Amino acid sequence: MNGPHDLGGQMGFGPVAPEQDEPYFHAAWERRALGVTLTAGAMGAWNIDESRHARESLHPAVYYSSSYYQIWIKALEVLLRRHGFVSERDLEAGKAVDPAATPKRVLKAENVPAVLAKGSPCDRPVAQPARFKAGDPVRTKNFNPTGHTRLPRYARGKQGTIEAVRDGFVFPDSNAHGHGENPQWVYTVVFEGSEIWGEGADPTLSVSIDAWESYLEPA
Amino acid sequence: MSHDHDHDNELDPFAARVRALETILTQKGLIDPAAIDVIVDTYETKIGPRNGARVVAKAWSDPAYAEWLKRDATAAIASLSYTGRQGEHMQAVFNTKDTHNLVVCTLCSCYPWSVLGLPPVWYKAPPYRSRAVIDPRGVLEEFGLTLPADKKIRVWDSTAELRYLVVPMRPEGTEGWSEERLAELVSRDAMIGTGLAQRPEIEGQPA
Repeated sequence: MNGPHDLGGQMGFGPVAPEQDEPYFHAAWERRALGVTLTAGAMGAWNIDESRHARESLHPAVYYSSSYYQIWIKALEVLLRRHGFVSERDLEAGKAVDPAATPKRVLKAENVPAVLAKGSPCDRPVAQPARFKAGDPVRTKNFNPTGHTRLPRYARGKQGTIEAVRDGFVFPDSNAHGHGENPQWVYTVVFEGSEIWGEGADPTLSVSIDAWESYLEPA
Repeated sequence: MSHDHDHDNELDPFAARVRALETILTQKGLIDPAAIDVIVDTYETKIGPRNGARVVAKAWSDPAYAEWLKRDATAAIASLSYTGRQGEHMQAVFNTKDTHNLVVCTLCSCYPWSVLGLPPVWYKAPPYRSRAVIDPRGVLEEFGLTLPADKKIRVWDSTAELRYLVVPMRPEGTEGWSEERLAELVSRDAMIGTGLAQRPEIEGQPA
């Protein structure tokens, strides 16, 4: 979707303002926000693509006025309501009022190190051979889906070159919506800065994205 | 609740909102608050950019390791026992005399947690995510880094599940240094591409 999250090339947000010796957390609640987000995700009711889509579906005014941990929590509330774990009445009361759906699992403290060390690999075998090879010229599709996609707006309808064939990966555009993993080949596609930004582009710049095969056409 | 909230302002509505959510989920038996404590401790004290710095120092010291890191970064990094969440599919990109690499996630906050830990706020915020792909030189200036005008810049937008680690160039004057000492020169920012490895003559100064 053309949501507030799709920020490449947008203007007006001001300087980056890096912080010297930045702490990992700027308030105690951020620690809990990280942990609540990860432990709730570990229930197994949604996948990372659905959670990304919940974040980017926040209203733009909300998205831009929230810190990243606030974005996480606001989207988490959406996911918890959607999957029947938390009700509006629970949130209003600030305590458990309504019964909850049954999670696939509950992450216990003693299992955390193993779960974090394992992660969630999302490479998958793909039955068909890769359509493109390194060096192939390609053009990204020009589309504007209303659902989740990982092809940023700035890189749509642009000509680039396949730099590397990576692996088969879960396809977020379908996985985010419960339509299955449908793995596809992923490629690193590199574009000249001028192809993306046109007149006035930094002549020394090239930009790459990692693109699923269905985002690409031969050029 | 057993954990410590005393650093939050009791009047902060967002702190109250997160606490309410944790309370509801805990009362329903959906989460284990002690698991949150372990997660926080892991990312506050165990997993951080020192992991990545050791990878870089080893690549500088051991050409065979550097080759492996180029070819199969996930395996090469796992050999140092850095694995797991948001590091499942790693790529290492090497700065050269001609090209400087910069990593961003314009769509969200993708970042190689297994080697760099949790991302800094600026990495997740709109100014960096919007400008890194269109005006990387301007962004780097804000980090105090001015690249030569003829240096090529390659920006890697982490749009899929590959996570990128920049291997900065080894500073001159470090011949014969141990990996431990070399790792001290490698900052988090150098491995994102918003900095360079520290030069030995200014050791102790911020990179």
